[in-house]
Amino acid sequence: MKRFLPLLVLLLGAAYLASTLRPEKNPTDFDLAGFGQVPVLVNGRIKPLDTVARTSLLTLQGRQRVSSPETGTLVNSPAEWLATIFFNPTKADDLPTIKIESPEVLTLLGLEEKDTRIDYDSAVKKTFAVLGFLPSSKSRFSYNQLKAKLPELDRQGRLAEPVEAQLRTPFQKQVITVRNRVILYLQLRLAVQMPESTSFLTELELFERALPAGIAAVLARQKNEAHDENALRVMKEMADRFAYMEQLGHLRLVPPAAGDTDPTHWELTGTKLLESFGTGKIDPTVMNYARLGEAWRKGDTATFNQIVGTLHDDIAPRYPEAMRKSDIESRFNAAGPFYSSMTLYVWAFLLAIVSWLKWPQELGRAAMWLLALAFVATSAGIFARMWLEGRPPVTNLYSSALFVGWGAVFLCLILEWIFKNAIGSVAGGLIGFATLLIAHHLSFSGDTMEMMRAVLDSNFWLATHVIIITIGYSATFLAGFLAAIYIVRGLFTKTLDKATADALTRMVYGIVCFATLFSLVGTVLGGIWADQSWGRFWGWDPKENGALLIVIWNAVILHARWGGLVKQRGLMGLAIFGNIVTSWSWFGTNMLGVGLHSYGFMDAAFYWLIAFVASQLAIIALAIIPLEKWRSFRTAAA
Amino acid sequence: MKDLLRQFRDFFVSLQLTVVLLILSLLLVFVATLDQVNLGIWAVQEKYFHSFFVLWKIPGTDFPVPVFPGGYSVGGLLLINLISAHLYRFALTWRKLGIQLAHGGLILLLLGELITGLLQQDSSMRLEEGQTKSYVESFREHELAIIDRSNPDYDEVVAIPEAVLADQKSLQHPKLPFQVNVKAFYANATLQMGDPAARPGQPVATQGIGTRVQVIPLALTYKPDENNLPAAFVEITGPSGSLGTWAVSPVVGMPQTFSFEGRTWEVVMRLKRHYLPFSITLHQVTHEKYPGTEIPKNFASRIQLKDEAAAEDREVVIFMNNPLRHGGQTFYQYQMNAAGKMSAFQVVNNPGWLFPYVACILMGIGLTWQFCLGLLGFVRKRTAANPV
Repeated sequence: MKRFLPLLVLLLGAAYLASTLRPEKNPTDFDLAGFGQVPVLVNGRIKPLDTVARTSLLTLQGRQRVSSPETGTLVNSPAEWLATIFFNPTKADDLPTIKIESPEVLTLLGLEEKDTRIDYDSAVKKTFAVLGFLPSSKSRFSYNQLKAKLPELDRQGRLAEPVEAQLRTPFQKQVITVRNRVILYLQLRLAVQMPESTSFLTELELFERALPAGIAAVLARQKNEAHDENALRVMKEMADRFAYMEQLGHLRLVPPAAGDTDPTHWELTGTKLLESFGTGKIDPTVMNYARLGEAWRKGDTATFNQIVGTLHDDIAPRYPEAMRKSDIESRFNAAGPFYSSMTLYVWAFLLAIVSWLKWPQELGRAAMWLLALAFVATSAGIFARMWLEGRPPVTNLYSSALFVGWGAVFLCLILEWIFKNAIGSVAGGLIGFATLLIAHHLSFSGDTMEMMRAVLDSNFWLATHVIIITIGYSATFLAGFLAAIYIVRGLFTKTLDKATADALTRMVYGIVCFATLFSLVGTVLGGIWADQSWGRFWGWDPKENGALLIVIWNAVILHARWGGLVKQRGLMGLAIFGNIVTSWSWFGTNMLGVGLHSYGFMDAAFYWLIAFVASQLAIIALAIIPLEKWRSFRTAAA
Repeated sequence: MKDLLRQFRDFFVSLQLTVVLLILSLLLVFVATLDQVNLGIWAVQEKYFHSFFVLWKIPGTDFPVPVFPGGYSVGGLLLINLISAHLYRFALTWRKLGIQLAHGGLILLLLGELITGLLQQDSSMRLEEGQTKSYVESFREHELAIIDRSNPDYDEVVAIPEAVLADQKSLQHPKLPFQVNVKAFYANATLQMGDPAARPGQPVATQGIGTRVQVIPLALTYKPDENNLPAAFVEITGPSGSLGTWAVSPVVGMPQTFSFEGRTWEVVMRLKRHYLPFSITLHQVTHEKYPGTEIPKNFASRIQLKDEAAAEDREVVIFMNNPLRHGGQTFYQYQMNAAGKMSAFQVVNNPGWLFPYVACILMGIGLTWQFCLGLLGFVRKRTAANPV
């Protein structure tokens, strides 16, 4: 039985992965999966509404699920939430979808203890909340809860905005974050209709009928002739409302007229409605969205599904390439390969740890298979992103996190294949999980497939310099984690025998050599790119310096080793310090907020960086404990 | 004596020295990066990298104390260490070939940076659509130009660099029929409307704009987005006496001219110019954005390159990551104002530009070689240890 364990684990893992690939089923008769596939142009690219729903939810509230701690899930899918905020804002305004972390901002918005307290219905949940396993206060609120105090939030935001980003106080940063969330919420609310309108369709139909008379009145007024005051007033009123939609809108839902494939001609609903004053007609796509809203509110699934089909199929033949991508992207969103990889990495890590204590052969192999499976899923995800973007894998901080993990796990698989001692699986599971977690948190800032700024728009350099340097990061991290395994295992367990210790040393040494090669070549290639685009090879920019630090540190490790300045334990300590150097180069340099590379500025991450550095220093401190106190070596000596 | 020499040699070729220097450079780069938040990139380069020692002023005084070796010290010692170790241990074997190549590449890279640091010239060319220029301008340095405007076909220019003006002496040039007497020079100053007499101690301008404005000296600035704007009082003296004193500064917008012996002269303080043997005409600027966003997709300038000596007259598009290299100069797309139909190029003349390319290839081959050699040895050892 034990013999089949690896196979069984592999099959279970594969079945789990396969289950994520099933096409999404609609929980109700509304074709929300189809709705999620309708394309829209936003932030410079055509993408499915599903992506808009997911990235908006991540930005608004840090997760894709809409739920409250008391009543559980409130909406079945991100697409359903998007349909609700588009077509039935009254209902959406009650959903807790705007996240507020800061107590000061809560006070500013007049939210008191009674608003944030969670009343769990069961005693078990109450106990868990007291113990800290469940949240004890709410952090997500509905638009209706915030509405009354929004002018104050806006005022505070305006006060904070002129302050330079690095100089803002935590309160100012939070105010700006929350204000941006509210703005995004409002933008979505009026993407297809005026939110206060009870039936936008009826209103539009009436408007279209009134248009000829209205236009006549406006023209007559311009010539100072007699005109219908009432018709003029209606026109003015509608124009003001449409202009508001245009001013605030950000989703370009309306494709250009047939035959026109210029992506810059996608328009906002508000713009199209304003154009109708000139054409005398309302754009068919705008009308379709209004009908879709009417069907949604009335529960008319047949009409809804038919219009969804029309919206999708109208555009499909005109942008075959973009539509194929948009369809795949919504499938990719639904499958969530990085999420399933995270789960698999955790299992691989746990199995590998257990294998050091029991059944090393079988559990070790099972762990390796799971790691390989997770690696395949991550690779598939990264390839899908590359195909969707038409770019090399690393284009921003988010994708660098994916790729650092990918590279490290790849190296781990090679190590595991050679050494078969589960160390590669432990390190791979840990780094794979950690980097995907980092990526997940980086995704809160919006769409992760954003457009490349002009200076970065070079696939050649993205494919060479960026890839090579990122692999350098991966390898340096991997060396550091392997070293940490050496110290923790040696100090706290008896499992680090001489063979394992020597094997780990060879692994760390080999990986450091690999890291030196990649970070050095990557850094020099970066200099050459800088020479190509800015006219200087080296400019002492923080990110450049960060890369240089990694190269120098790896060189220090190698020369210290060659010069006999360090032995096994010293090598491990130096390699762990490499983690600090790399994390600083990766994130710390961006946090300085200066230089040409500061494209990924983050705040909250700063504390995590500090915590990570502290943890690594702690492990280095552990390494300094005299060897006779180490459990593994104590027994060996005895 | 021999012993002492050997000690010297052992010190300079030792790996310990390498490790210590590497750690020093690590600290230097790290602190310098952090200090960019306070000082900005230019000042940091001067303070930490283009110096032998990092100086620190004792608080409350102007007395600087060296607290850390600067970039020249650490880099220079590393270079010495690298070269001497290289020469001392040099042996042409396959096993060491990779290490030799990698370190050779590194030496080349450092030398290339030294050459670049010493010889690279950065300047800019700012053009409006339709405009033609055959000169580039310095980013920061200025010059006093005295221009003979008499001939309608060409101007004859005598330019006096800032550094010469700073000596505040009387200057005579074979092309000038008069003396230029620099009565005062300010490395950074601004002009302000007001009575010049209200600033005692300064020379008094008797001609041009200087009769209506005051020259206010300012402290030197090191901020990356600010420039020092020099100002000077210059007196023009002919054989029969003074023609007057002018206040000059790049801030002055209008030309200041005077006549002497039937010819018209202009005196102007401007960014230092360097004339090119070819000309560039800007045809069109394009600034593309991604649809529905403000994210720039591309900046491109369509230009005409005209070089009679090289018999070239062709159209070129310069855009991001795609510079024009011609006549030893490289033109990079630098700034653009699409609405104003203006484009600015950064123009770099760097005789050492090829060094990093060669160094990169050498280091890449060397390290790959060494890594593969190590891997091969490792695999061999393992197969020997666990025969299948």
